[in-house]
Amino acid sequence: MAAKYLNKRPKHLNLFKINQPLPAIVSIMHRISGVILFFPGIPLILLGLQMLLDTPESFEALQTFFLNPLVKFGLTCFIWLCLHHLCAGIRHLALDLHCGVELAKARASSNWVLIVSVSLTLITAGVLIW
Amino acid sequence: MVKQSGRITTGAHYGLIDWLAQRVTAVFMVVYIVLFVVVVVSTVPQDYAAWVAIFDFQWMRIASFLFFMALFWHAWVGVRNVLMDYVKPVAVRLGMQVLVIVSLLIYLIWTAEILWSLM
Repeated sequence: MAAKYLNKRPKHLNLFKINQPLPAIVSIMHRISGVILFFPGIPLILLGLQMLLDTPESFEALQTFFLNPLVKFGLTCFIWLCLHHLCAGIRHLALDLHCGVELAKARASSNWVLIVSVSLTLITAGVLIW
Repeated sequence: MVKQSGRITTGAHYGLIDWLAQRVTAVFMVVYIVLFVVVVVSTVPQDYAAWVAIFDFQWMRIASFLFFMALFWHAWVGVRNVLMDYVKPVAVRLGMQVLVIVSLLIYLIWTAEILWSLM
């Protein structure tokens, strides 16, 4: 009787109302960063590489372009997306090898993904961009 | 008792190849990025000529081209997974998948053009 009643309960999860656990947040960010790296990420990387190598004029145009603080900020965000995708990917490989699949470890490693990717972004951006 | 059948009943198995390709291309890209960072940090290119000199080596061109091939393959598996999860109408999904494949092929040609037009 109880089982029958439970089965009839509506299945409706409002993703914006339930509290997402940390691994879920890291996972969806891995996905979102992947999609952004695909577009506009890939064409922008290729455009940058082309301007870097095409002619001395295009190289200069690229250098001037990166002097703009807004562009610098955009590049910093882009580096963060790359590094988050990288760190979350490394975590994924570890999970594939059955390392850290216990709940406590999975939560801790998610936390580390966020911390390490943000720190590496700040270091890289600080040294190379700003 | 369940009778063993010679027939494989669990799909075309391209899922496993995709799964493996996703990981192999990821590791390959990490290796290239480490190599690239080492080259840039050790040479510290300041001007146009210095950057061109880095990509002047044939092995650097080939490694970079392989990196982009890995990137495009990786992107295809990932974007295909995302489309399969969220885009339910078959016609729309197939259209988007074709668009992704065509754009990745164009990117591949573009990459070759960038790397080998220096010669």
